[in-house]
Amino acid sequence: MSAHIRMDAVRFFFDRYGLTAGDIDKLLAAALARGGDYADLYFEYRVANAVNIEEQIVKQAAKSIAQGVGVRVIIGDKTGYAYTDEIAFDAIRQAAETASHIARTGGSKRLVGVDATPNKLNLYPVEVPVSSIELSKKIELIKHADKAARGFDSRIREVQSSINDEIKYVMIASSNGRLVGDSQPLARFGISCIADDDGNRQVGRSGGGGRVGIDFFESKMTPEYFASEAARQAITQLEAVPAPAGKMEVVLGPGWPGILLHEAVGHGLESDFNRKQSSAFCGLIGQPVASELCTVVDDGTIPDRRGSLNIDDEGEPTSRTVLIEDGILRAYMSDYLNAGLTKSARTGNGRRQSYKHIPLPRMTNTFMLAGADSKDDIIRSVKRGLYAVQFGGGQVDITNGEFAFSASEAYLIEDGKVTAPVKGATLRGNGPEALKHVTAVGNDLELDPGVGICGKEGQQVPVGVGIPTIKISEMTVGGTQK
Amino acid sequence: MKPHLTKEFASDVANRAIKRGASAADVVIRERTEFSVAVRVGEVEKLKQSTDQGLGLRVLIDGRQASVSGSDFSADAVTSLIEEAVELARLTSPDDTADLPDSQELATTIPDLDLYDEAIVRLSTEEQIEMALRAERAAQEYSNQIINFDGGGFESGRGLAILANSLGFAGEYRATSCSLISVPVAAEDGKMQRDYWYDVRRKLSEMDSPEVIGVMAAKRTLRKLGGRSVATQAVPVVFEPSMARDLLGDIFNAASGESIFRKASFLVGQLGEKIANERLTVIDDGTIRRGIGSRPFDGEGLPTRQTVVIRSGVLESYLLNTYTARKLGLNSTANAGRGLIGAPGVEAGNLYIQPGPYSQDEIIKSVSKGILITELLGFGVNIVTGDYSRSASGVWIENGELSFPVQGVTIAGNLKEMLNSIEMVGNDLDFRGSVVSPTLLIGSMTIGA
Repeated sequence: MSAHIRMDAVRFFFDRYGLTAGDIDKLLAAALARGGDYADLYFEYRVANAVNIEEQIVKQAAKSIAQGVGVRVIIGDKTGYAYTDEIAFDAIRQAAETASHIARTGGSKRLVGVDATPNKLNLYPVEVPVSSIELSKKIELIKHADKAARGFDSRIREVQSSINDEIKYVMIASSNGRLVGDSQPLARFGISCIADDDGNRQVGRSGGGGRVGIDFFESKMTPEYFASEAARQAITQLEAVPAPAGKMEVVLGPGWPGILLHEAVGHGLESDFNRKQSSAFCGLIGQPVASELCTVVDDGTIPDRRGSLNIDDEGEPTSRTVLIEDGILRAYMSDYLNAGLTKSARTGNGRRQSYKHIPLPRMTNTFMLAGADSKDDIIRSVKRGLYAVQFGGGQVDITNGEFAFSASEAYLIEDGKVTAPVKGATLRGNGPEALKHVTAVGNDLELDPGVGICGKEGQQVPVGVGIPTIKISEMTVGGTQK
Repeated sequence: MKPHLTKEFASDVANRAIKRGASAADVVIRERTEFSVAVRVGEVEKLKQSTDQGLGLRVLIDGRQASVSGSDFSADAVTSLIEEAVELARLTSPDDTADLPDSQELATTIPDLDLYDEAIVRLSTEEQIEMALRAERAAQEYSNQIINFDGGGFESGRGLAILANSLGFAGEYRATSCSLISVPVAAEDGKMQRDYWYDVRRKLSEMDSPEVIGVMAAKRTLRKLGGRSVATQAVPVVFEPSMARDLLGDIFNAASGESIFRKASFLVGQLGEKIANERLTVIDDGTIRRGIGSRPFDGEGLPTRQTVVIRSGVLESYLLNTYTARKLGLNSTANAGRGLIGAPGVEAGNLYIQPGPYSQDEIIKSVSKGILITELLGFGVNIVTGDYSRSASGVWIENGELSFPVQGVTIAGNLKEMLNSIEMVGNDLDFRGSVVSPTLLIGSMTIGA
């Protein structure tokens, strides 16, 4: 049954657009007509839906359809790329001809005919994707959320909630004979609300999802849960005091605060930056880059997760890669091009936003393994510090290692106890150094609820992060209180 | 001319939506052709070429709103888009405020804002590669401490934008753009630093030469070498233009009708009030000839215009589209933004801070102890409360002189106080993009280290 579903994506493109394996071979040959080491075709058909509720009314519904094919030709470390939004032999051949101009050596590569193979992984066996659910049912769900947020506290005012979902069919064919496909569902519920207490206005945000069906929102993590979480944050912030400024002990709560790993080490361990020697982590394989309490992995194979994929966007099965083991740097995350150029193994991290984009090494789900400490003991061990549990986005300069991520819900720790909530503050550190200051790792690993979007070179892809409660002995907190 | 990339085609789709049961509709059609080359250490790394087209349809049925988009212009695909839009709209709620603009507000003439440059269209692949390589060479030759590059390249594009609605509006315009960026890496004592410089213009002849961009990129990178932290303290902060524009982006978010009607801005209820130092004047102008943010009509078909957002410290106008204006009982400022999908948002045209009398040197000279900010990281800006906290790099100022590079600090404050303590505004405004500012001096912020 599941093998049948997996083969469906290839059949989907062949049937819908009247293409054959022979056509694919001809198109790959056209791409390599001027020479080159490798060529691939990335077919995409994506339907995305959105519906939102605001001021207690369903303000709009939207549906978009995107389709196209990207053609890539690689010669050495050079890439030629072209795409067309018309999935038809002649249009793709023209794109292949355009992409082929990167090579000037003359075509000599012997091509292996493509042969469709099923995927090994089946990480999102969704019976009915959210994108096939009728709109009225989604509207019911977001109405429940709206009501739950308003019911949480009379000071909750402006509530906006939405469901965004998509189904993406992809087919990847390469000059080394690979022909694979996948159908990739993705759904995300999001809510934001504002608490207003006599003009003191504060915002709270929450959400989640993954490569899941509608049952996820009906039984696992309901819109009501996210609604009360967003409302609770907004109400909590009404009491927030100014955040402290300067270096101090910081405790991160479990789950989404794993964005620390994404920024502090994740981007710096993408193999393109290391091949080009522009990353602060360059040349540090085998060296300590974190305290021995830290083991960090990138794993694209966790069922249902937002960052998971059966195959990456170059057709390679995703995998679990240990990036940092007991504090020692072990591996970078690689795509086809960079694995080849650095003679290292492909890790299934070649990703792209769409057929319009060239694949890059990207993270999937990046997290730290659980340790031995209890959260309560970790907090009790801090005399004066910050306990940060919710974050907005983060950013990193991979060359000097500087990174920042911004807490949206954080509390003071005074004499081992969590006390007053503080206003949002940015935390900063330096990649190869920050994790060396990790002095406790909790036993409570959590993955984030499924909201992450990562941007690199203008391309957005869905990702996951995770972390147990950890203590960092020294980190700069960007507050206003000296 | 492809028959589906015309005003007539767009008008026809809008009218067909009406026949299917919509009470109002608008249609956007876009086509864009792009070329980009990325170079690295003297070699071409990536060549990319593309043409995109897309159609977006928004329908309203007595205030019930839905939108659809696709790239397939075949008759069947368009018919099914129209049907789906109408079907989706029937399931949403009536919203009294949602509608097209009043027809007398719509643009009747489409001014030529000189947004198209044949010289960009005519550029050969080789010429574009050469410009990217020249910028890199100039950076490399500037100093032997430039040891590497983390990308850089040249991009050019031309596009067609069409908008039509069921009130009879139909407009189109073409625009080109080109940009060049250089991203050098420098090293000293085993520590690497990276920075960049760029230019982006509608006309090739207005772009800085590759050599000017490369040398500026090298200088910016070299001045980060040896960066260190300072003590936690409150000091005056100078935002150089490339950072001040970031701050202006925050002001835009706070003054956008979308934040205001949702009461999600610290500027709610402040119209006509003094919200900033009298030295601050903020203007949005979608009509500047050759401007990167210019367009003859906005995303709803209104003629673009100049709007003074803040005049001498007083909040004079929000930036509004039709929906947010009606929500607030005001008139649209012709700032509707429009993608292929979704209802119109709010978008700035060319948003800038009016230049003041001082050179950047004079501003730095006035600071006895403070910091010049040259890089900001993180998203710690809360538009609802104005709380501001970001990671920063820059150059320390001691007795009016640039002293040593600073790395690894945070700067924090509140936008309300920051706007009120703008003490000096520079004369160095340059329209390198659509949101631009001269150098700004802010009286005091907290440095965390």
